[in-house]
Amino acid sequence: MNKSEISNQVTSYRRFLWNAVRDATDGSAWFYAWMILLTALALTGLHAWAVQVRDGLAVTGMSDHVSWGLYIANFTFMVGLAAGGVMMVIPAYLYHDDEMHDLTIVGEILAVAAIVMSICFVVVDMGRPERFWHMLPLVGRFNWPVSMLTWDVIVLNGYLAINLHICGYLLYMRFRGERPNQKWYVPFVYLSIFWAISIHTVTAFLYSGLGGRPLWNTALLAPRFLVTAFIAGPAFIIVLLFALRRFGGVPVASRPVQVLVNIVRVTLLINLLMVVSELFTELYSGGSHTASGHYLFFGLNGANALVPWIWSAVAMGVVSAVMFLRPGVVARPVWLTVACALAFAGIWIEKGMGLIVPAFIPSTLHEIVEYFPSLMEWQITAGIWAWGLLILTIMLKIALPVLRHPRRASHAKVETAPADSVADSQPAVASHS
Amino acid sequence: MIDTQNQTSAPEPGGMTRRTALKALGATLGATAFSQAIAPLTEWAENMSLDEYLQKHYKELSPFDLAVVMTRLEKQTKEETGVDVTIQDYRPQPGVKFGYALNLSVCVGCRRCAQACHVENNHDRPSGNSYIRVLEMQKGSLDLAKGRVNYDHPVPHPDKFYMPVQCQQCDKPPCVSVCPVEATWKESDGIVVVDYNWCIGCRYCEAACPYHARRFNWTKPQVPATEINPDQGYLSNRLRPQGVMEKCTFCLHRSRQGKLPACLEACPTGARVFGNLLDPESEIRWVLKNKRVFVLKEDVGTQPSFFYFFDE
Repeated sequence: MNKSEISNQVTSYRRFLWNAVRDATDGSAWFYAWMILLTALALTGLHAWAVQVRDGLAVTGMSDHVSWGLYIANFTFMVGLAAGGVMMVIPAYLYHDDEMHDLTIVGEILAVAAIVMSICFVVVDMGRPERFWHMLPLVGRFNWPVSMLTWDVIVLNGYLAINLHICGYLLYMRFRGERPNQKWYVPFVYLSIFWAISIHTVTAFLYSGLGGRPLWNTALLAPRFLVTAFIAGPAFIIVLLFALRRFGGVPVASRPVQVLVNIVRVTLLINLLMVVSELFTELYSGGSHTASGHYLFFGLNGANALVPWIWSAVAMGVVSAVMFLRPGVVARPVWLTVACALAFAGIWIEKGMGLIVPAFIPSTLHEIVEYFPSLMEWQITAGIWAWGLLILTIMLKIALPVLRHPRRASHAKVETAPADSVADSQPAVASHS
Repeated sequence: MIDTQNQTSAPEPGGMTRRTALKALGATLGATAFSQAIAPLTEWAENMSLDEYLQKHYKELSPFDLAVVMTRLEKQTKEETGVDVTIQDYRPQPGVKFGYALNLSVCVGCRRCAQACHVENNHDRPSGNSYIRVLEMQKGSLDLAKGRVNYDHPVPHPDKFYMPVQCQQCDKPPCVSVCPVEATWKESDGIVVVDYNWCIGCRYCEAACPYHARRFNWTKPQVPATEINPDQGYLSNRLRPQGVMEKCTFCLHRSRQGKLPACLEACPTGARVFGNLLDPESEIRWVLKNKRVFVLKEDVGTQPSFFYFFDE
């Protein structure tokens, strides 16, 4: 690459970013209302977090008995949501599903937003967030490979980088009116498939490796994490696709939705089987190792804060599983949205409050101290969700031209786009091929 | 070559100006709200020096660096509380590995050990924190589920026995393995320590410990100036910062000088035996040899250096 080409690239990249900013900040009144709402929530959360850093984690409902709560619960869920995005990539790239191909960037964008949220949830859980540099290689002391948390740092940041690269490259190529060069992104797409599995396996190992916490100390944890990820992820994407069709004018074919429905239909049932297996083992064997399970489902010595949570999660799981099995529900976007929302909320509880908190109750010395998230914790949590949805909205907004006018890899010939072909109205360039 | 025209909205000159003006207004409002939102962070940052922020890991500090750090901490304590304290870096002695044994037949559950720990280690007063929890256990059972910590009747109760639990200074400490930044480690005399100035406060160690031995500083610990213990160890009982982990160190600022841990000195019944496991003549070795000892939760494979036994 000679000098003028480099400077050409630099200029066009700058313009690409400028266009992205413009696309991301222009829209209808509804769009502005949505963005202002999210910004307000995010800022409220930011303020609550600033107070938490100043005054200490005492502002949360956590204690030495229940030392992880809502933040780590959401962290775990978010890692699953990020991994779930890959359920669009697998059909598209391993099974060459062309219609899914057109929409895979939605899964990748969701992965980016969810990973950012998961990292935020870890940061707000830290007592000394300013010491993050203690983890950096060379200047810090990174306890790799012994600490599973260091593995998680690597795989989460790796997954973020891979997905940012894929999205960024495809959008930039689209902006330049060039066909993406397969060798610059297809290997990363395949890597992202393995990586998606790894982020959730490693996150499960974080918990299942602790011998002192019997509720987590089960080999079923990693498979269950993956299965629930492949409920929450696709369920969210189905709703997202409906929203893109409704508000973004994106042509969403019925087939990609059908593929995702098929996935959720199966994973919901597998998860119910796993829940029943865990419940049976806990109840039939008995003993003090099963105290956390008893606490979660039935309460223990009068303490039963999580009982309503977990049974609503089970109810949502069962109802959504039945709904997904009924063709009449699946065929109607409104009902399908309800089914997806139920499945999503059920997993959020089951994998969050229903998995993280009960492992601490009773404590390792069998004291029963319950946990109730404080208002500050809810504010910070809502703030991070809002921040993640902001990122999701902005990235989808930038990707709208690509989504509106997809070009199939298998049919497209290499075309040299005319100079000004990037206009929305001219679908002249290859997009996500 | 690249089209930079605005294609998403109609390029109507008047509309564009108004839209741009509204965007600028929105951005200004947003920036103001943002600076208001993070205002507590500036208050918090004022209390932190650059030296403190950039301080290296304990093991990477030269003796000189460490002396500078300890002087800084002493000065800081003087400024904040008006108390003159001495912070020293007590190192393990060669040929020493500490062990602790506790006679459950003798312990009466008076909790003086927990109280002595509270005072000796400059624990947070409002929370009544201590590294020791005393369990009132049902006679005839070692099931922790049948134990209680919040008993409030005269002790000893005839149907009960009492089991104080503190850090077991495991030979295979799960808390050390899980730490992502090596802020906690096991020293050559067997004591597991925390570098309070390196810990990031993720509390993974607290989740990993099977003995509820670790404590987190949910807020800055409060100790009245008159009650501060001025004899402080860098890795043990100095005043802890907010947001970091702490734990029992077998009072290393005492034990490494040949003194006994505060919990042992406070015990009115002689239930506690502390000593060097490598010295065949020590009392702890005599207990291990002549009593039927057991360790807590042997099944989790942590290999504690803390033993329990009954007389008969």
